Amino acid sequence: MAPNVTTSNQRRPVDAAGPWGSAGRCRPRVVACPDCDLLNRFPEEYRSTLLCARCGAVLYRRRPNSIDRSLALTFAALVLFLLSNSFPFLAMKSGGFIQETTLLTGIRELWKQGLQGLSLLVLLTCVLVPLAQMLGLLYILAPLKWGRRPAVGAARVFRLVQEVAPWGMMEVFMMGILVALVKLGHMATIVPGVSVYSFGALIFVMAAAFSCLDPHLLWDRLDLRQ
Amino acid sequence: MKQDAATARQLGLVNCHDCRLLVETPQHAPGRCPRCGAHLHLRKPNSLARTWALVCAAVIFIIPANLLPMTITTTLGAKQADTILSGVIYFMQSGSWEIAMVIFIASVFVPFAKLSILIVLLLSVQFRSAWRPKDRTTLYRLTELVGRWSMVDIYVVTILVALVKLGAVAAIEAGPAAVYFAAVVVVTMFAAESFDPRLIWDVIEEDV
Repeated sequence: MAPNVTTSNQRRPVDAAGPWGSAGRCRPRVVACPDCDLLNRFPEEYRSTLLCARCGAVLYRRRPNSIDRSLALTFAALVLFLLSNSFPFLAMKSGGFIQETTLLTGIRELWKQGLQGLSLLVLLTCVLVPLAQMLGLLYILAPLKWGRRPAVGAARVFRLVQEVAPWGMMEVFMMGILVALVKLGHMATIVPGVSVYSFGALIFVMAAAFSCLDPHLLWDRLDLRQ
Repeated sequence: MKQDAATARQLGLVNCHDCRLLVETPQHAPGRCPRCGAHLHLRKPNSLARTWALVCAAVIFIIPANLLPMTITTTLGAKQADTILSGVIYFMQSGSWEIAMVIFIASVFVPFAKLSILIVLLLSVQFRSAWRPKDRTTLYRLTELVGRWSMVDIYVVTILVALVKLGAVAAIEAGPAAVYFAAVVVVTMFAAESFDPRLIWDVIEEDV
């Protein structure tokens, strides 16, 4: 027997503050699992997460106060990002000679050595993609927060933010810094710079900003059909 | 499985890839999502062929990535070329086994495990296997999650190259393996992205 499916055309009234929160005008009652295509119904009683009944994928997780929190955390992330890119993250002292490096000088050095592809890859994954994600989120969230209409092209921007997400690899870069720190510790005196700490904070703030996002809510608000 | 369980495909619905809207649409020509404007597909297009192609490319790249030197260190005129594995062995011998572990897991274990898992998944779909679909879906989610961590070695090389350039005293250059290794990581990430885990379940439903 097929479940009674609520599709895109049916909407719940504004005041239908169900057990799943009142934020959405057309909170879906059925979602399809992206991993196995099974249709899952939102149960009537409140739960903080909905897992796919067949394959266990997370289909929905409650994000209280989603827009405020992600907006605040994204602002914080942007500040930390600027800090991380303007100060050196490691300095090497050896015989009165100090060599400092920032993220951008490392990328330039790879380029000068003839490894343009590699340097572009690092630039993309550690600078451009995270920056695009942060600016994109601000662009989407700020108008929603202050009760305006969604920004022009916000739906497209949010799609882009979701699609580039796997390519933002700042936390992996942080791991790389730690490994390099230990590796060079044998050869010379290594002084961790300001940027190591801001980078360390940044990856947590960034992760928090994304885990506060409620894609269901956002898509509901950014609906192109309005 | 529960009595009333049905998939979106069985009910003639397409699940939007980007915003998860269920759209009622002719499945041979789905068009665009009315809510977010993304192209709709019932399944990722040409999933198996694309994933096979990318996996094959990664299998080819992984050979030079492991055989050629990753870094070339010059200390007082003496040059030393290190491959990924010789770097791991060096760290084990010099006592920093935690670094050896990190590099071994990120640069050797993860890429090989990821490729093996993708090949197993592809074969299982192609031979219409009904073997433990839930576990295979979990394996797929794992490969998607873990692949990015292979980039650690690339970043370490970036940092070393930028930091260690004291002329004749000590200098580190990136070796040719760095490019191949980066290619392995990027290509396997695309491979994982192009595989559609719903195919695992589709073949079982069709055979029942």
